[in-house]
Amino acid sequence: MEKPRFATKAAKGVAVLVVLGLVLIPFLVIISTSLASNREVVDNGGWVLWPSDPTLRAYRNILEGGIVTKALGVSVGLTVVGTLFSLACTTFLAYALARPGVFGGKPVLLLILFTFLFPPGMIPAFLLVKGMGMLDTYAALVAPVLINVFNLIVLRGFFQGIPEELYEAARLDGAGDWQILWRIVLPLSKAALAVVSLFYAVSYWNAWFHASIYMESDHWPLSQVLRTYVIGGSQIADTGLSEAGMVSAPQTTQMAVLVIATVPILLVYPFLQKYFTKGVLTGAIKS
Amino acid sequence: MVPGIAYFLVFHYGAFIANAVAFKEYVPFDGLWASPWVGTENFSRMFGDPDFWHATWNTLFIAVLQLAFFFPAPLALALLLHSLTSDLLRRFTQSVIYLPHFLSWVVVVALFQQVLSDTGLLNTFLSDSGLHTVDIIGNPEAYKPLVVIEVIWKDAGWGTIIFLAALMQVDEQQYEAAAIDGAGPWRRFWHVTLPSIRPIIILLLIMRLGDILSVGFEQMLLQRQSVGPEVGEVLDTFVFWQGIVGGDTGYAAAAGLFKGVVGAVLVFTANRVAHRLGEQGVYK
Repeated sequence: MEKPRFATKAAKGVAVLVVLGLVLIPFLVIISTSLASNREVVDNGGWVLWPSDPTLRAYRNILEGGIVTKALGVSVGLTVVGTLFSLACTTFLAYALARPGVFGGKPVLLLILFTFLFPPGMIPAFLLVKGMGMLDTYAALVAPVLINVFNLIVLRGFFQGIPEELYEAARLDGAGDWQILWRIVLPLSKAALAVVSLFYAVSYWNAWFHASIYMESDHWPLSQVLRTYVIGGSQIADTGLSEAGMVSAPQTTQMAVLVIATVPILLVYPFLQKYFTKGVLTGAIKS
Repeated sequence: MVPGIAYFLVFHYGAFIANAVAFKEYVPFDGLWASPWVGTENFSRMFGDPDFWHATWNTLFIAVLQLAFFFPAPLALALLLHSLTSDLLRRFTQSVIYLPHFLSWVVVVALFQQVLSDTGLLNTFLSDSGLHTVDIIGNPEAYKPLVVIEVIWKDAGWGTIIFLAALMQVDEQQYEAAAIDGAGPWRRFWHVTLPSIRPIIILLLIMRLGDILSVGFEQMLLQRQSVGPEVGEVLDTFVFWQGIVGGDTGYAAAAGLFKGVVGAVLVFTANRVAHRLGEQGVYK
């Protein structure tokens, strides 16, 4: 192919820079503002692009106890426990659906895919959770979203990609289904398991809507707290946080909560990023 | 696998059956099954309710905006990325643009408020430079474009994955053959690139059509307050507001069911049209 002209190259370069800037600048502002001192924030009219004298005061105030610390605990617990349960249930079901002749595979798969096309609706789901007596229990935040069909299909596709010979060899050696799953399938599927875990963990970490309708406010996860105090504009000082001796300007505090809600994702993301394309594609193509 | 199947039976098919509440006058004290049947009363009330039509209109308007601007965005981005010659730059850009997908809507909405509100980054910058400020957050006229821009910011990058994969499968020889035949970059794009990724574009378009009445529940719910129901209400938030906040359960379920049925009809229709045009569609 001929070499691209200089003008084309320059235009592409500018386009890429604009895209990168649009994504990165908001992050930079949030982090900087959370690190700035109150005076600087006020002087700057509410936000800071580069703090002249960074301080962790806002973070210390938040983490000294009170509503955010508690919500952080809830979110971490919910994410860990929820992800484990979801991952286990999804793996077993995906394995059963991937093996020929395990248990009426095809009809079950169709039943499941059907739910993907026709979700049941918000009100019936709410009545169901209420009817099962799960209001204000943490089960209400896990059970109704236990298995994600997309994740299930990704794992099933991955399990099906494992060569049949491996299964046969294992069976000849006298291994049962559990042993095959544990010794052969899972170790070979680390990439897919990593992606699916990330997807589950992110969705549990970010969940706020179910918490807002099912939970009392002192059992809220971080996202719902963030929603109430940052987007809803409620003064954090009006609530339990003032007990922690709030002195920071609300702006820096709000930004600090925002950063805390985002950091865990930013931390795991680079490690798992290389698996995305593979994982998403197996899922997308098979479905 | 038993817990898995039980999950689908209870939380999907169970909830599906609970849709029966749309034909009932729900009395919380009696529970779902003991509440009296009212036939299609909830539906006839709904079709005469101007608030319901407001929500439907807003939903459709936002859906069309999304289709026009959000749907092609990942494709355009993917084409840009695919044409980059530097591998390093491409991978770095990819990592950055996937990132917003993993943020919760709460974070995204908060970010946008921070940047665009009247005391936010953009307006502070504009007034410092002596320019007119723009009122975006809380401005009913700007609401619909704003929510579409938010979706693009959050998910356009993530959406490139599938297009990039499709682009990678395009046969290199076709490009070379076209180049030898004297086709310039634009003709090669038009006659080689686009036809090769057409099936995937159509597939995604059908899926989008089936989902067209879901224009982003969490996102809308978070911002409905700032502009009021007149402009901010969509079908999903209507269901939420009537049913869960207002306690008008049967009525809200009817609206939810209406939305589900329309969505299903749209998937069937779109898939059929795709078959007519000789495409694979979502299912056979």
